[in-house]
Amino acid sequence: MADSANPDLSGDGSGDGSGDGETRRDFLYLAAGAMGAVGTAFVTWPLIDSMNPAADVLALSSTEVDLSPIEEGMAITVIWRGNPVFVRHRTAAEIEVARAVPLDDLPDPQADADRVQKPEWLVMVGVCTHLGCIPIGQRPGERKGEFGGWFCPCHGSHYDTSGRIRKGPAPRNLDVPPYEFLDDTTIRIG
Amino acid sequence: MNGLTITALVKWVDHRLPIFSLLNEELNEYPTPRNLSYWWNFGSLAGIVLVIMIVTGIVLAMQYTPHVDYAFDSVERIMRDVNYGWLLRYIHMNGGSFFFALVYIHIFRGLYYGSYKEPRELLWILGVVLFLLMMATAFVGYVLPWGQMSYWAAKVITNMFSAVPLIGDYIVTWLWGGFTVGNPTLNRFYSFHYLLPFVIIGVVILHLWALHRFGSNNPLGIEAKGPQDKIPFHPYYTVKDAFGLGVFLVLFAAILFFAPNALGEPINYVEANPLVTPAHIVPEWYFLPYYAILRSVTFDIWFLSAKLIGVVLMFGSSLILFLMPWLDRSPVRSARFRPAYKMAFWVLVFDCVVLGWVGANPPEPPYLYIGQVATVWYFFHFLVLVPLLSLPALDRPKPLPVSIGEPVLKGGGAASAGAPAKPMEKAP
Ligand code: HEM
Ligand code: FES
Repeated sequence: MADSANPDLSGDGSGDGSGDGETRRDFLYLAAGAMGAVGTAFVTWPLIDSMNPAADVLALSSTEVDLSPIEEGMAITVIWRGNPVFVRHRTAAEIEVARAVPLDDLPDPQADADRVQKPEWLVMVGVCTHLGCIPIGQRPGERKGEFGGWFCPCHGSHYDTSGRIRKGPAPRNLDVPPYEFLDDTTIRIG
Repeated sequence: MNGLTITALVKWVDHRLPIFSLLNEELNEYPTPRNLSYWWNFGSLAGIVLVIMIVTGIVLAMQYTPHVDYAFDSVERIMRDVNYGWLLRYIHMNGGSFFFALVYIHIFRGLYYGSYKEPRELLWILGVVLFLLMMATAFVGYVLPWGQMSYWAAKVITNMFSAVPLIGDYIVTWLWGGFTVGNPTLNRFYSFHYLLPFVIIGVVILHLWALHRFGSNNPLGIEAKGPQDKIPFHPYYTVKDAFGLGVFLVLFAAILFFAPNALGEPINYVEANPLVTPAHIVPEWYFLPYYAILRSVTFDIWFLSAKLIGVVLMFGSSLILFLMPWLDRSPVRSARFRPAYKMAFWVLVFDCVVLGWVGANPPEPPYLYIGQVATVWYFFHFLVLVPLLSLPALDRPKPLPVSIGEPVLKGGGAASAGAPAKPMEKAP
């Protein structure tokens, strides 16, 4: 502090005289400042990262589902990582409708075959890709939207029998979670 | 004798920490334009409500449990079992609503009288910062009772960040601390809800500091020409503010005791269910206009998704206030002397009411179209109309009065700087 206030001392710092000292001092000043900034950034990271999902939250990441009680045309909702997953036993007609759609008609083009492992079983995260509401259409009497799949009441997104977005503000098709068939009637999600 | 010792003590302290001088200068002598109307009451009212919110909040926090399994029940317990718990919660709940009502009036007052103009730009900017902090505080607070609307509001609002290109989904997971809104989310929201009001206090202090640098604007929007244009804050405005507070408390108590749930959504008395979204999710009334703007964008523009544009416009509608001092170039502050701007102002007020009404209704025709027109108008007002009406050719200002004192004192302020201005004469 005293240094910068005292012109004599700042002259001394250069050793050999005039302009040199200024650049040397500036360099040290910048280097120290940069180190401080980098150090602060490193210390901030644990604070930020502590807000990411913790180990126990991550550990809850797979769910097994028994498909045998689900009759054709019916659907169940299971919970995976806190979110609903729609498991639908599709009818032949529903599969047919989903396959017949030209990809050009889709806001987020994806063939039905790329969204299922076995055509009769459609497994999707039941969270609207707009702002996260749960679409309706799982239960027999519910409104299924203009494309016979699901309808999100929050801001009016319509999904088809393959869970693809067809109309409304949602940008993407309903997500397909990672899952595998353990046997013919059991899947493990996650 | 007693009086003497106290005076001596005050002097002793003041010599070492001039806090009494500060209070005297800023709250007692503080020279204030003599012509302030009741529109100038709302700032102090907002400050008092902030104190009410903090006091009731701290007491509520002693009974509230921030855990997804207990939060809803702990609030019900506050309502039924805790002594006066119902009163404390109703004060806090409705206090939030009234806080926004006061601040909205306060903001529109500033827009009408040009209070954002030179040299009060920073004062205005700090005000907008306060408004943003308030919105954040109210949003996280609303999640705490963990009702259906709490949960779905949290989910929909946090999901807006997924519109951020590339890293959106990571941001949302980070905000949640999980894969959906859950216990980690509730805990951090509680932490923020306790923190932010104190940040607000800090910014309020800066806001007042900036205010006292040049003093209040006034309904005429002209600078004070001298001591005859000002009166000391105390007793003139302390009394006026106290009267306004009385009127406010009557209204507040009327809602509190006769219609405490009128401003809320009944479905928030149903516990949060992550698997069922209510058929109509709507925010609290004070967020409805923003909700309408968000939902008005139903189409993509080039590579920008409807979702992203909606979110940007929604946040933009508040952030645009920051630019007001530079969008409005007119040297005349008060809308009293700007006929066209005055009209545009009232159309904007009407537009905001329309947006609120649209926000309360489902996003279907005709509401959708009305909302789209109102959204376009909102941005048109700030980005086109305000700059254009700054041009004297388009909005010729009426002649300004010579001084603040003149219309009151008749025959010019300076001449009658006698009796009413006396207390000020020692000020400079
Ligand atoms: C800027 C000031 C504040 C605003 C605008 C605000 C707003 C809100 C809102 C809107 C709610 C939801 C009320 C409901 O629907 O039940 C709430 C709840 C709550 N707030 Fe605040 N708050 C503020 C300050 C505080 C402070 C300083 C505390 C102290 C910790 C606090 C503690 C609480 C608690 C414990 C709840 C949950 C209980 C309840 O729902 O009534 N608040 N707040
Ligand atoms: S959340 Fe589904 S349409 Fe907005």
